Amino acid sequence: MSDCCGPSSTAVLEPPVESVAGAPGGPAGPGGTRKGRIRTIALIGPPNCGKSTLFNRLTGMRQKVANYPGVTVEHHSGSMKSFGRADLTLIDLPGIYSLATYSEDARVAVDVLKGNMPGVPAPDAVLLVLDCMHMNRQLMLAAPILSLGLPTLVLLNMADLLEDRGGKIDALALAHELGHPVALISASRGTGMELIRSFLDQFGQFEMTRPGSAQMPILQSPASCRRWATQVSSRSRFEAPASPLWTRRLDAVLLDRVWGPIIFVVVVIAVFQVVFSVGQPLSDGLGDVLTRAGGAVASLLPNNWLRALLRDGLWNGVQSVLVFLPQILLLFLFIGILEDSGYLARAALIADRVMRAIGLNGKAFIPLLSAYACAVPAIMATRTIENKRERLATIMVAPFMTCSARLPIYTLVIAAFIPNKSILGHLIGLRASVMLGLYVLGFLAAMVTARLMNSRVMKASPAPFVLELPQYRWPTPRSLALRLYDRGMLFVKKAGTIILACTFVVWVLSVLPAHGGNFSALTTSVIGRLGHLIEPAIHPLGFDWKIGIGLLSSIVAREVIVGTLGTLYGVDPATHSASLQAALHHDMTMGGAIALVVFFAFAMQCTSTIAVVRRETNGWKWPAIQFAYMSCVAYVGALITNQVFLHLFR
Amino acid sequence: MALSDLRVGQSGTLEAVELPERVSDHLAHLGFLPGASVEVLRRAPAGDPTVYRIDGVEVALRSETARHITVELAGAQAESGR
Repeated sequence: MSDCCGPSSTAVLEPPVESVAGAPGGPAGPGGTRKGRIRTIALIGPPNCGKSTLFNRLTGMRQKVANYPGVTVEHHSGSMKSFGRADLTLIDLPGIYSLATYSEDARVAVDVLKGNMPGVPAPDAVLLVLDCMHMNRQLMLAAPILSLGLPTLVLLNMADLLEDRGGKIDALALAHELGHPVALISASRGTGMELIRSFLDQFGQFEMTRPGSAQMPILQSPASCRRWATQVSSRSRFEAPASPLWTRRLDAVLLDRVWGPIIFVVVVIAVFQVVFSVGQPLSDGLGDVLTRAGGAVASLLPNNWLRALLRDGLWNGVQSVLVFLPQILLLFLFIGILEDSGYLARAALIADRVMRAIGLNGKAFIPLLSAYACAVPAIMATRTIENKRERLATIMVAPFMTCSARLPIYTLVIAAFIPNKSILGHLIGLRASVMLGLYVLGFLAAMVTARLMNSRVMKASPAPFVLELPQYRWPTPRSLALRLYDRGMLFVKKAGTIILACTFVVWVLSVLPAHGGNFSALTTSVIGRLGHLIEPAIHPLGFDWKIGIGLLSSIVAREVIVGTLGTLYGVDPATHSASLQAALHHDMTMGGAIALVVFFAFAMQCTSTIAVVRRETNGWKWPAIQFAYMSCVAYVGALITNQVFLHLFR
Repeated sequence: MALSDLRVGQSGTLEAVELPERVSDHLAHLGFLPGASVEVLRRAPAGDPTVYRIDGVEVALRSETARHITVELAGAQAESGR
């Protein structure tokens, strides 16, 4: 079925490409012309056709992929190392339907293709990726792309699925229609890669474009583009695959009037339940191992300040964050399964009524969903929203979504203060439901904020909700494993860098100033004095000075509070040998504990988010407003929580 | 009649898309072009948006958008496709 079909009749003899391509960056090889030398290749295609999957396969890099349109919003470059062509740079571009640019992500793609993107070299060749399940529609992009006049290899992706479903396409005929070579591939299974290789190897040996034979209509109207695409695909003997029966059958249940919402809620609850019931024992086990390892290493060290620094300071701080690795991985496993299978698009459909009620653009749903992992990519994903004001509203709302950086402090406080009981007759654990409650709280804050933004700041008419429902696919173990590995590494790296650095600073400040060679006691140290200075401000929230220091340090990143508390309690003789959970009971009541997680549900404790909002809004105004607003909401929310607990339960 | 007036299971031939250019362009690239046949697959649990099948693709639209797309209802025999 697979065949790389260049129109061989037009082969133009030129020096073999190996002699030139072997000298990257050198002066022009034999032949000397620009033709035949490629350095930069652009990867382009309609949304959700598998560009990033192919990019990852060709470069060995890990761009985020998922089964819904609009995952890539920026251009990414990578050398095609894992393809054995380190001399070539591949640029992954956001998906586009045409070269008409309405949204920022599409503009990025067009600018790069036309060589107008500062800092990005104009591409020498193009890999045009099309989902061959829907040729009539996908070919509409071929006309404008091929008209650019760049050497192009047309890749018909998901060829395996097409065949499985009984569809057909004649790649040779299509190549003749388009005047460009065509290859059938499967980016996810890795078939057809040798065709890309031979295209790149033979580059320069053939004249790729055949002006005259391919009638590339200068089509600006989509209707004429469409007529052309339908004609081309029928001449290429395209037979559409059988309709995806399983997708229909699944949707009949998953989008059912009654079952749909029930399954949606059950899925969400099950995720939290598993993150707790499976994650907690794993996390406790990991904590044991880390504590023992730390103790074993510490016993080898002389009993002096170095040991105090390493064990009480750094190790206590870093390991108290590291133990949450199992929960983080479990959460991302579920997010991965939901994204790759195509269920998230259905979730968007189920939730659209709510989104509309609060006046959010339908397109805001995908960025907001991804904010549950991290607000930074979510804020970048708002580039798919054309309307600037709606985009701003979505940016303002995104950090309220419960990102994974909140998971450590949530899990810590819940495990320390909430009894391990089940409610509703063993259906759901109390701990999981408190966690769920915190997620709901963040979501409610987002809704109220969106409403405010819409009535006060925004007066735009709602942009239409147009959502393509992808077919269900099995998430591949490879893709899930890669995601988990990346997420795990990211988390461990953060613990080893930012959190380590913060704990170091906290430890140093907690033992200084030294008096005659002795460290100062915690309460008289720099950090103790600072803490006591701010304590009056946070006392009404039920926090003592140590929590206050934790809050200050967590402005860097939310997880830092756990590391800081680990260090502070490690330094304090009263809690030196207690676990972090037990140590928290020394300083906090139930009211203060719940107030603390409520504070974290609302506060914008994240320098990365502040930085990305500044970048995306081109100034400090909006991040400043956002930080002030979220901090106020957090303070008031925590204050109310603590006061309610004080008055109701005493 | 408007696309939003079709019942689940009915299909029709698209006549015109009366929406701002950038919206109609986007829809056109998804296959919403005059002459295309559209089938109403199902409604979201809340009754809106509605999932339409057009040209082998499933696309969900809110009724506020589908209201501006006119279709000609296909005969009863066209419903056998469901």
